[in-house]
Order: sequence, then C-alpha cells, then structure tokens
Amino acid sequence: MSDYNFAYLDEQTKRMIRRAILKALAVPGYQVPFASREMPMPYGWGTGGVQVSAACLVPEDRLKVIDQGADDTTNAVSIRRFFEKTAGVATTTKTTEATLIQTRHRIPEEPLTRDQILVYQVPIPEPLRFLEPRETETRKMHSLEEYGLVHVKLYEDIARHGQIATSYAYPVKVEGRYVMDPSPIPKFDNPKLESEAIQLFGAGREQRIYALPPYCHVVSLDFEDHPFVASKADHACDLCGSNSTYLDEVIVDDAGGRMFVCSDTDYCEGRRAAGHLGRLAAPLGQENAA
Amino acid sequence: MTPLLQVKGLTKRYGARIGCTAVNFDLFPGEVMGIVGESGSGKSTLLNCLAGHLEADAGSVVFDTRAEGPRDLRAMSEPERRMLSRTDWAFVHQNPRDGLRMGVSAGGNVGERLMAVGARHYGGIRAQALDWLDRVEIDADRIDDRPTAFSGGMQQRLQIARNLVTGPRLVFMDEPTGGLDVSVQARLLDLLRGLVREMGLSAVIVTHDLAVVRLLAHRLMVMKSGQVVEAGLTDQVLDDPQHGYTQLLVSSVLQV
Ligand SMILES: Nc1ncnc2c1ncn2[C@@H]1O[C@H](COP(=O)(O)OP(=O)(O)OP(=O)(O)O)[C@@H](O)[C@H]1O
Ligand SMILES: [Mg+2]
Repeated sequence: MSDYNFAYLDEQTKRMIRRAILKALAVPGYQVPFASREMPMPYGWGTGGVQVSAACLVPEDRLKVIDQGADDTTNAVSIRRFFEKTAGVATTTKTTEATLIQTRHRIPEEPLTRDQILVYQVPIPEPLRFLEPRETETRKMHSLEEYGLVHVKLYEDIARHGQIATSYAYPVKVEGRYVMDPSPIPKFDNPKLESEAIQLFGAGREQRIYALPPYCHVVSLDFEDHPFVASKADHACDLCGSNSTYLDEVIVDDAGGRMFVCSDTDYCEGRRAAGHLGRLAAPLGQENAA
Repeated sequence: MTPLLQVKGLTKRYGARIGCTAVNFDLFPGEVMGIVGESGSGKSTLLNCLAGHLEADAGSVVFDTRAEGPRDLRAMSEPERRMLSRTDWAFVHQNPRDGLRMGVSAGGNVGERLMAVGARHYGGIRAQALDWLDRVEIDADRIDDRPTAFSGGMQQRLQIARNLVTGPRLVFMDEPTGGLDVSVQARLLDLLRGLVREMGLSAVIVTHDLAVVRLLAHRLMVMKSGQVVEAGLTDQVLDDPQHGYTQLLVSSVLQV
C-alpha cells in the first residue's frame, strides 16, 4: 500500500476532481468537464467512477462495489480489490453498512441514507447524443434549455413500439433545468434517483462529472398520454419472494427452465436471512445442491 | 402598415470577396419576395444573413416580432433568435437532407418543432403531424417511415410540413425546387402557392428559375456580383426589364 498515494490518485488530481464534484453538486444535472487520468484499467471498466470514488474516499470509509446489482462479478471484484490495495479501506457487500458505493447499472433496493455516497460509472454522459452527434450543438442545447429532441426520441419509441420502449438510461430532468442521462440503470430505478444520499456520476472516456445532491427533484420525461412507468418483470423473486424488486431472469437448466431473482444480491440475501422464502428457495444454508 | 422585415445596407464579405453588399428592401406581411441571379451572385449569402445563419458585416435586419414589435436581429440574444427561428420563422433548404432529420420518422420530423415549443401530448402531436402530411400530400400510412425511404419530391414536401407546423409568419426558401424533376417541381410549386395563400405567409424565395418567381413572387430582386441591380413588381421586372443583366436573364430564358 505504501507504494501508492492513498486511493491511487495524487493529491493534486484529487483536488481537481473534488472541485469538479463540488461544481456538479452546485449545478445539479450539469455535466462538468474534468481532466480524466489514465487509470490502471481500460475505459469501459468504470474509470470515471473509480476516479470519483478515489477523490471521495477517506480512510474511515467502508466501500461497496456493485455491477448490475451483484458484488461478485469480475468488474465489481477488481474495483473493490483495487481500493483495498491502494486505499486500504474496509469493504462490505452490505448496502446498509457501506459509506460509499460504486455502482454500474443499478441503484440498490435498500433506500440510501444521508451519510452515504453513491458513485455511478457512466459510459455516455450526453443524453442528447443519440439524435445530435455534434458536441458544440448539444452544449448549446443544454445552455439554452432546448430539449425538444429528447421528446422526439420518446415519440419515435411510441411510434415504433406502441409505448416508450426505452428501458435503460431513461432521460430525466433535474430540478426543472438540466436533462440528464442517469447512466444505464433500468428505468425501474429512476424513482430512486430522488434520494437522501449524494449521487455522483463519473464518465472517464468522455471526461465528465455530474451529480444529484440529496433530495434533488428528478422527473422522468414522458408524454401526458404516455406517462412514465417504472416497470419491471411481472414476477416475484423466486428466492426471497419479494415482488417489489428489480429482477434478473436466469436460465437454470438445459431444458429451458428459468427463474426470476433479485438483481440486488445483497438485498435478496438479507430477505432470505430474515426468513422470507420465494417459490424455488431452499432455506439459506441448505442450498449447496447447485 | 409596419413591414414584417426591414433590411438596410446589408453587407457580407468573405475576406476580400463580396458575398452581398448594400442590400435594402422591405417585406410586408403576406408578401413573397423572389431573389434571382446567376450562380455566385450572392443569393444564398443574403438569405442566410436574413435568417441569422450568417453574421452580416454591416447593415441591419429588423423583424416585426409578435411580442415586442420591430427589433433589430443583431441586437437580439442568441436564445431569442433561436426561439424565433423555431416558431415564427421557417427555413426550407435546397437539399432536404440539410433540413430534415434523416434518422427520425416523418411524424417525428413534423412533430419536432411542436415538441420544441412544449407539446407533450403524443396523440395531439401525431394528429397534427397527420394533418400536415395530408396538406403536403404525403399518405398517412407513411407517417412512421424515415425520409430515407422517400423520393426527393416527398422529402422536400416533408421539409415544408416540418417547417410550417408551428404556423410561422416568415419563410425563407433557398432553391426549394432545385434538383427536382420538372413535373415534381410543378406539383411542389402548386402546393407552395396554395399554402402561402391559405396561411397568409410572407416569404423570401431564392431561385434561378424564373418560372418559380413568376408563379410565387409578388416582387422580385435581381442580383449580380453581390448587388441588387434591379427590383420591382415581378411582372414588371420580367416583362419590361431595365437593367442590361436582367434583360439578358429574361431573354436567355425565352430563347430556351
Ligand atoms: N463560405 C464562403 N467562403 C468564401 N466565399 C464564399 C462562401 N460562400 C459563398 N462565397 C462566395 O460569395 C459569393 C456569393 O455566393 P452565394 O453562395 O451567396 O451565391 P448564390 O447566388 O447563392 O449562388 P448559387 O446560385 O450557385 O447557389 C460567391 O462569390 C461565392 O464564391
Ligand atoms: Mg445558393
């Protein structure tokens, strides 16, 4: 650990990133440019989120890292190891115990609290990119609040699919001002963007940081006659029985058997430990058959 | 009556080269002004200065705004100008690709300006898009097709629908019939003439087709080397051209 500065980045860089974070918190939803550094991992592996986390971590922190809701995927494990090694901070898989959570593609089911920070890994920060590739033009659209294009995208969705088919990275308007891409979380998670916790978004390749301060007003864009719905698979979790969580569909055998399970593995384990059982669940501790 | 557009001493240079110089004219509500002239005479330059796409070097363009009456465009802020160009103005490009979103359906193209000014009812937007497709003679069942699947004439009509849906008062057109077959041109001209009359539109139309101005324009300006060499009522200018260049222009068309 002594080979690295605390949390890998040098103090100058952290200061620069913290300034960007403070500005992002002061102007919710606005994309603040920052000088993204080379990190010892490829772009697309959360370099933006890692730099934001590195700038926020203090030695007393307890870190949780999730990828699509799970703590044990390669991406989550390698980022967690990275900070164990370079910052020596404690880590956890429990949402309630974590002080800083870095995430890719999910918001934990457990409501976050005021002493937590949620850091998102962001691949494409610009919500207007899909219809207007010119950066100069999208910047102007943000500054002049010209957001008609976002609705053109939603219009196209309905015209093509009969409903708003956008189910990930569903655009939101922040505090009645900036349109923001919440990163590729399922739209089921959008209501959770209004939170007690501080939420920070880091895009490494595109060198942007943006943020939602606590209790910030976040509205998912829609039409009056096609209102936003935070939809999910119409099932209960087969392991913990919850019917209010975001579910992954898992193929369980070669015969096409499938089950639905909470994508938030920590939440699911917590429920099972508390005695909740789903359709296919063996009581916890007896499930080594698989 | 207050002119809708007052243009005084408008000049645009590209370095040492003259784009257009010292152009003056007034355009009154409901009036269509034609601009003709040979290639390179400064027609597009003038039009783009009027529409705020290019910044003029000298002169003024005063537009009679709905809310605050006559205002100099150069004194307006950029948000004000952009708002104007989305609501009260329309710009029809020669190449429909420059004026359409090719990756968006016909309905989305027509609906964009509505959504830009706050329309949030899908059914309402779609109904207006259908109405406009009908007015420019595009079948209702093409509403979800992309313009890439349209012919040149259809693309141009779609561009017109997309521009007129917000009920603008002033339309700029740069060679709206250029690049189209003669028969397709005639249909488009007919359509344009109908819409201009019906909506009481004012328009500035750039073309080098004298048939277009004969049919659409009340008044005419003839440009050569960046200057307006002759201006007046369309029939007067075409039937009794005074300037040598205009005489050449008119006679060359007649000889064809
Ligand atoms: N971007 C530019 N940079 C330099 N010179 C330009 C530019 N655009 C136009 N010009 C010059 O300004 C003059 C007027 O050009 P403009 O495009 O306005 O003519 P036009 O009448 O529209 O011609 P056309 O009928 O071919 O469209 C020409 O000499 C042209 O070469
Ligand atoms: Mg031209």
